[in-house]
Amino acid sequence: MSKKIATREAYGAALVELGRLNPNVVVLDADLAKSTKTIDFSKEFPQRFFDVGIAEQNMIGTAAGLAAAGKVPFASSFAVFATGRVYDQIRNSVAYPRLNVKIAATHAGITVGEDGASHQMVEDIALMRVLPNMTVLVPADAVETRAAVLAAAEMDGPVYIRLGRAGVPVLHDENTFRFVPGQAVTMREGGDVAVIACGIMVTAALEAAEQLAAEGVSVLVLDVHTVKPLDVRAVVEAAQLTGAVVTAEEHSIIGGLGGAVAETLAEHYPVPVRRVGVADTFGESGKPDELLKKYGLTPAEIKLAVHEVLKRKQ
Amino acid sequence: MEIPTETLERLKDKAREIRRHIITMVGAAGSGHPGGSLSAADIVTALYFAEMRIDPERPDWPERDRFVLSKGHAAPVLYAALAERGYFPTADLNSLRQLGSHLQGHPDMRKVPGVEMSTGSLGQGLSAANGMALAGKLDGRDYRVFVMLGDGEIQEGQVWEAAMAAAHYKLHRVIAFLDYNGLQIDGPIAEIMSPGSVADKWRAFGWEVQEIDGHDMAAILTAISRAGAVRDKPSMIVAHTVKGKGCSFMENQVGWHGAAPKPEQVEQALRELAPGSC
Repeated sequence: MSKKIATREAYGAALVELGRLNPNVVVLDADLAKSTKTIDFSKEFPQRFFDVGIAEQNMIGTAAGLAAAGKVPFASSFAVFATGRVYDQIRNSVAYPRLNVKIAATHAGITVGEDGASHQMVEDIALMRVLPNMTVLVPADAVETRAAVLAAAEMDGPVYIRLGRAGVPVLHDENTFRFVPGQAVTMREGGDVAVIACGIMVTAALEAAEQLAAEGVSVLVLDVHTVKPLDVRAVVEAAQLTGAVVTAEEHSIIGGLGGAVAETLAEHYPVPVRRVGVADTFGESGKPDELLKKYGLTPAEIKLAVHEVLKRKQ
Repeated sequence: MEIPTETLERLKDKAREIRRHIITMVGAAGSGHPGGSLSAADIVTALYFAEMRIDPERPDWPERDRFVLSKGHAAPVLYAALAERGYFPTADLNSLRQLGSHLQGHPDMRKVPGVEMSTGSLGQGLSAANGMALAGKLDGRDYRVFVMLGDGEIQEGQVWEAAMAAAHYKLHRVIAFLDYNGLQIDGPIAEIMSPGSVADKWRAFGWEVQEIDGHDMAAILTAISRAGAVRDKPSMIVAHTVKGKGCSFMENQVGWHGAAPKPEQVEQALRELAPGSC
C-alpha cells in the first residue's frame, strides 16, 4: 500500500485506453481538463474531445444529444458542478430518457482541500442515487477506477462515477481484480462487526480493522464500489453475520452509502448501525488530512463507531 | 425560390389537419398546451411534410434528419405531425395525457417512435441538438438537426450556452426556429422578461439569422432552403407567429397557453378549421 494514485489520474489513463478500444467514446469537459485529467484523452483523440467552456448545463445536454446519436459520452467536471449545478439537465435530459451518458466527476468530497466548501461536494451520491435509471459507482482506488470506467462504457444507460483529487493507496491487485458492477467486494473477513465503505474510506476502514484486530475485534470490511444498485445481498449477509454495521464514506451521512445501507437494513435485517461521514455540514478550507480529521473521516472515527455499535449489539 | 402552388396548398391542408388534431386531442385530454402548439403548426408541418429526410418505417435510421422540440409543452403539434406522417395511428392521439398512454404530457423519446429527444424542462433542447450534430460530424453523416425553441424559453441561460457552442463548433446543420408568438404563461414576454432584440442577439452569438412570418408556408420553406446553403454557422429562423393561430378565440390570448377547450369550444374551433373554411 505504499504507492498512492488519485482516482482522477486513473480515470484519465482509463479514458485513453477506452478511446483506443471504442471509437464511439467521446469526452466532454467544462474548462477543467487539466484537473479532471481528460486532457490525456484530448491529446490522443482531439476530434472526439469537446471542451465546452464553463457551461456545465450545455455540457450535459450536449452529451445527451451525442448519446442519442449513438456515441458513448463521458462528461467530466468537479463533482459539485457535475451534479448539483446540472441536476435538472441530468434528470430530464439524461436519466429520464435513459441516455447512455457517463458522468465522471472528480474532486468529490472534502479532500478537495484548500478550495473550501464551495468546491467540496458531499451531497453528490445522494443526488445521483435518487434518480431512476442512474447507476452510481464510487471506486476506492486506481485499479477499481480503471475497471469502473471500462465497465461503465459497456453498460447501456446513465452512470455516475465519483472520483477524487488526492492520492489514495492502491488496494487491489490489477492482475487479479475483477470488477462486477453491483457486487460489493469483501476486503477483509470478520465476524464481530461489518464496516461497509466506499471511495477513500475503504482504506480508512481497512486501517481501522487492522487496529481493531489488535484489540481482539474481528471486522468484516466491504468495499461497495457500486452504491446503486446496492448489493443488497452482501449488505444483509454482512449484517446477519456480524449483527452490527458501520458505514464509512467521504459524503454527507444523509442520502449516501450510509443512507442506502440504513434503508436496506431497516427493511430487511435491522441491526445497530452507525454512519461515519460528514455530519450534515459544509466543509472549509484546509489540507485534506486536516479536513479528514476535523470532519471525522478517519480510522479513529470508524473505531469509535465500531465500539458504539458493538455496545448496542449486546 | 419558386414553390409550386400545389405544394403550398398540400402543406396548408396538412397544417389545418394538424391544427384540428391539436384541438381535438387537447380537448379530449382536458389539459395541455394548445396555444404554443398552434403557433408552431405551420413550421412543424413544413418540416415533416416537405423538408425532413425521414422514414417512419425506420425511426432509428442513422441518416435521418432530426427534430428536437425544445419547447416540449407543444407536444400536441409534434404528436399530430408524427401520427399524420405514419409513425403511429392517428387514433392514438386522443389518448394524450391519459394513464398508460405513450403520448405523455411532454415528449418521451422512449415511448414514441419519431420523438428524438425527451423535452419538457425548458432550455435544454438546443444542447441536445448540438450533440446530435457533433455526432453527425464525427460520423461523416450529413443529416440536419432542426430545433424549435419558444420565445419565453430563451429566457433560460442554457439556451445561450448552447447558442455559443453551436457557433463555436460551426454546426451549420443545426437549424433552429424561434416560435416568436410574444406570450408566456404569466403574460406578454415583453412585460415579463423582455428578450430585447432577438435577431440581433442570435446574430451576435454567431448565428445566421432570418426573420419570417411563421405562418407563411412559402416563407418557411424558403428560409429553410436558405439556411441549408449556410456552411460555416448554425441558422436561426425567427418566426413571428400568433399564439393560438387558426382558432379565433385562442389567438393572442395568453390564457390559452395551457388550457383545454371545452366540448363546445372544440366544435367551434373545428368549424373554423374545416377544409375550405380558411
